[in-house]
Amino acid sequence: MRVMAQMAMVMNLDKCIGCHTCSVTCKQAWTNRTGTEYVWFNNVETRPGLGYPRTYEDQEEWKGGWELNKRGRLTLRAGGRWKKLATIFSNPKLPSIQDYYEPWTYDYETLTSSPASENFPVARAKSLISGKDMNVEWSANWDDDLGGSREHAARDVMLKGIEDKVKMEFEETFMFYLPRICEHCLNPSCAASCPSGAIYKRSEDGIVLVDQDRCRGWRMCVSGCPYKKVYFNHRTGKAEKCTFCYPRIEVGIPTVCSETCVGRLRYIGLVLYDADKVLEAAAVEDDHALYDAQRACFLDPDDPEVQRAAESAGIPADWVEAAKRSPVWALINKYEVALPLHPEYRTMPMVWYIPPLSPVVDVIKDTGHDAEDHGNLFAAIDALRIPVEYLANLFTAGDVEPVDRVLRKLGAMRSYMRDINLGRDPDDSIPAKVGMDGETMYDMFRLLAIAKYEDRYVIPTAHAEQAHALEELATECSLDFDGGPGMYESGPFGEGSGRPTPVAVENFQMLRDRQLSDTLAAPDDKSTRVNLLNWDGKGVPTGMFPPRPDAQPDVPDAGLTGGTGGQGSHPPGDRPGEDSGRGKG
Amino acid sequence: MDQFLWVVVPYLCLAVFVVGHFWRYRYDKFGWTTRSSQLYEDRLLRLGSPLFHFGMLGVVGGHIIGLLVPRSWTEAVGIDDHLYHYVAVIGGLLAGILAVVGMVILIYRRRTVGPVFSATTPMDKVMYAFLAVVIVLGMWNTIAGSIFTIGGEYNYREGVSVWYRSFLAFQPDAALMAAAPIGFQLHALTAFLLFALWPFTRLVHVFSAPLGYVTRPYIVYRSRDDVQLGSHRPRQGWERVGR
Repeated sequence: MRVMAQMAMVMNLDKCIGCHTCSVTCKQAWTNRTGTEYVWFNNVETRPGLGYPRTYEDQEEWKGGWELNKRGRLTLRAGGRWKKLATIFSNPKLPSIQDYYEPWTYDYETLTSSPASENFPVARAKSLISGKDMNVEWSANWDDDLGGSREHAARDVMLKGIEDKVKMEFEETFMFYLPRICEHCLNPSCAASCPSGAIYKRSEDGIVLVDQDRCRGWRMCVSGCPYKKVYFNHRTGKAEKCTFCYPRIEVGIPTVCSETCVGRLRYIGLVLYDADKVLEAAAVEDDHALYDAQRACFLDPDDPEVQRAAESAGIPADWVEAAKRSPVWALINKYEVALPLHPEYRTMPMVWYIPPLSPVVDVIKDTGHDAEDHGNLFAAIDALRIPVEYLANLFTAGDVEPVDRVLRKLGAMRSYMRDINLGRDPDDSIPAKVGMDGETMYDMFRLLAIAKYEDRYVIPTAHAEQAHALEELATECSLDFDGGPGMYESGPFGEGSGRPTPVAVENFQMLRDRQLSDTLAAPDDKSTRVNLLNWDGKGVPTGMFPPRPDAQPDVPDAGLTGGTGGQGSHPPGDRPGEDSGRGKG
Repeated sequence: MDQFLWVVVPYLCLAVFVVGHFWRYRYDKFGWTTRSSQLYEDRLLRLGSPLFHFGMLGVVGGHIIGLLVPRSWTEAVGIDDHLYHYVAVIGGLLAGILAVVGMVILIYRRRTVGPVFSATTPMDKVMYAFLAVVIVLGMWNTIAGSIFTIGGEYNYREGVSVWYRSFLAFQPDAALMAAAPIGFQLHALTAFLLFALWPFTRLVHVFSAPLGYVTRPYIVYRSRDDVQLGSHRPRQGWERVGR
C-alpha cells in the first residue's frame, strides 16, 4: 500500500443555477491575459449541449484519454511514445481555435472618437486573433440554456445510442448545468502525453500542474486530455491548465471558483488513495466496472492501518485528520452519491458530481403529481429513462444502475426531510428503502442542503519547512524578492519570454514599493519631498529647481534655505515635507 | 581577409552560439518553446511542417556524414568516389527538395494567414531570411556544383570538409576554404551567421527534442517547491532594528 493524498472536488449539480460566476472569477484570476483570451479553466456547460470545445467528448474524433489495447493493456488512445514523436511536427488531433471560439473584443474607441453624425457610431467586433473585423458566431457558452434545442443539443455526443428515445420537442426537453474544471486525475493522460515531462502531479496533494519553464509547446497534452482542459497559450507558446488555485489551497482557502460559487455547490476535501492500485483500476476491462474500481483505490482514513501507512508515507497527521472530515470522501464513499465524470476515459478523474434530480422532479411536477413524494419519485426514476440514461452516459460510462441508486437516495432525502420540516414524524422506512438509516440521511441532508462553509471546505494547509528562509541565511539570492531585479519583465524575445508573471500580479507594485524601501511605509527621503498639490508656493523644496549657479553646492539644504529668503523661507530644521507627506498619505 | 572570413568569423559565431544558448537557457527558460501556430491554422501546417522538418533531419544527417567522415574512411570500407557522390547527391537532393518544398509552404502560410503573420516577430523574419538563404545556397551547391558542375569540378570532401574538421580541432586552415567555389563559401558563411543568430530565435527548440520521452515513466510526480508557498517568499519573522 502506497498512500497518497489527493485534493479533490465534488459538485452538487442540483444546486447549479448556471450563473457562470465560477467561470468569470476564475477567468479574472487566471486567464485574463493575452494569449489566453479563449481559455476557460472553469466553464459551465448546458447539457444536453455541445460543450466547450465543441463535441470534446467525442473520443472517436479527438482521441483523448486512455484505452485498452488488444492485449488488454492501458495505452494512450492517441498513440504511444513513438507515435507521439513521429507526429511531433504537426499534432494530428489538435482542436483549432474555431473548435473553441475565436476570441474578440469591441472597437470601443469608435464610440468616443467618431465625429458627430445622425446615426449612433457602432463598436464593431474585432478578432483578438487576427485583429480584423469579425462576425461573432460562437463562444464558450453560446448554447447556454439551449439544452433542448434541435440545433445544439441534438448534436450532443452523449446522446449517441439514445437518440431515438430523446424527443427534442420543446415541452419534453430537460436540461441542467455542468460546471467543469480540470479533473486532476489520478492517472492523467495529459501528463502521460507530454513529451517534455513538463506536466506533473504534485506528490503532496495530487494537483496536476504545468511547469512553464519546462513546457516546450508540443501541444500533445491538449490532445491527450479527453476533457480538453489543457489549453495552449498562443502568445507564450506554452500549455496552461487549471491549477486548482494551488496558492490558495496551500494556505487553506478554497479555490476561486468554489469560494465564489453562488449556489454553494462545490465541496473540497482530501481523499487518501492507494497509488499502487491506480493503474490496475484504470485497466479493468468492463467500462461499467471503472466507477467501483476507482472507489476501491480510495482508502478509509478512519482505518488505523491506513493511518499508519499514511504516517510512514510522510503524510502529516493533520492531513489525515482532514481526510477524516473530508466532505468529498463522505459524498463518494459514505453516502455514495457522487459519481466521476466520464470514468470510461480511464484517467481516474478526481472532480466528481452529484447527478441532478431536478429533471425528474420537473417532469413529475408537470404531470400535476406530488413531486416530493418518494413513491412518485422512485416510480419516475424508473420510468424516465431519458434523463437517467443520459446522466449514465456522463457519469458511469452508460451504466444506469448507479445513477438510479443515487437519484433514489436524493429523492428519498427530499421526502424524508419534508416530513421533518413539516413537523411530522420522520418516516424511517424511506431511508431504509435506499439502504440508509435516518441519522445518516439527516447528516447527508446537512452536508448537501445546509452546506456550511466549514463543512464544504476542509482544506489542511501545506507544510513547508520555512525555517531556512526565516533565518535569513545568506544562501539564497538576495535579488529574488518580488519586484527585484530577478523578477518578470518583458523579455528580449517578446512578451512571452523572460520569467513568468508571478501568481499574484495584482499586488505587484505595492509589494515592490514595500520591499524596496527600507522603512515600513515610506522611502527614506520622504520627509524632504513636497506634495505639489498642497505646496503653498512658499519656499523652494529640494530638487524642484536646478541649483543656482551662485549657490555654494556643498552647503546642505541649500535649496531649502538659500532660496527666496525672508518670509517665505523655512528655517532650517523645519521640514516642510513632513506635512505634505502626511497630506499625501 | 581569408583569416578573418574563415577563422575569426566562424569562431566568433561558434562562441555566440555556445554562450548564447547557455545564457538563454539560464535567463529565458520560459521563452524556450516552439511557439507553435497550429492553433491558428492547421491545413497548410499539416503538410508543410513534417515535410520541412523531416527534410531538415535528412539534410542535417547528410551534413554530418559529409563534413565529419573523412574520405579515407569511406575508401577504406570500399566506397569509391563515384558511388559516394551518387548516394550523396541522391540523398541530399531528396532531403533538400522535401525541406525546400516544406519551407515554401510554411513561408507562404506565414505570410498569407493573418493570425500567423501577426504572431511573427521581427526576429522570426530575420531568422527565416537567413534560413532560406542558407538552404537555397545549399541546394545550389548540390544542383549546380555536383550535378551540372557549373564553375568546374570541386570535391568538397577534399576542401570544405577538411577545413571544417580542422576548424573543430581548433587548428583552422583558412586556405582550404579560400580555395573553395563561391557557392560553398557563401553557404558556409551564411550558415555561420545563422548559427550566431540561433540562440536568440525560436530555433532553440531544436535542442529540446524530447528524446527522454521514450524512456521516462508516463506519469511524472514532483514534490512541491518547499522554498516558497504561493508566489511570495515567506517574510522574515522580525523587523530589522536600526540601520
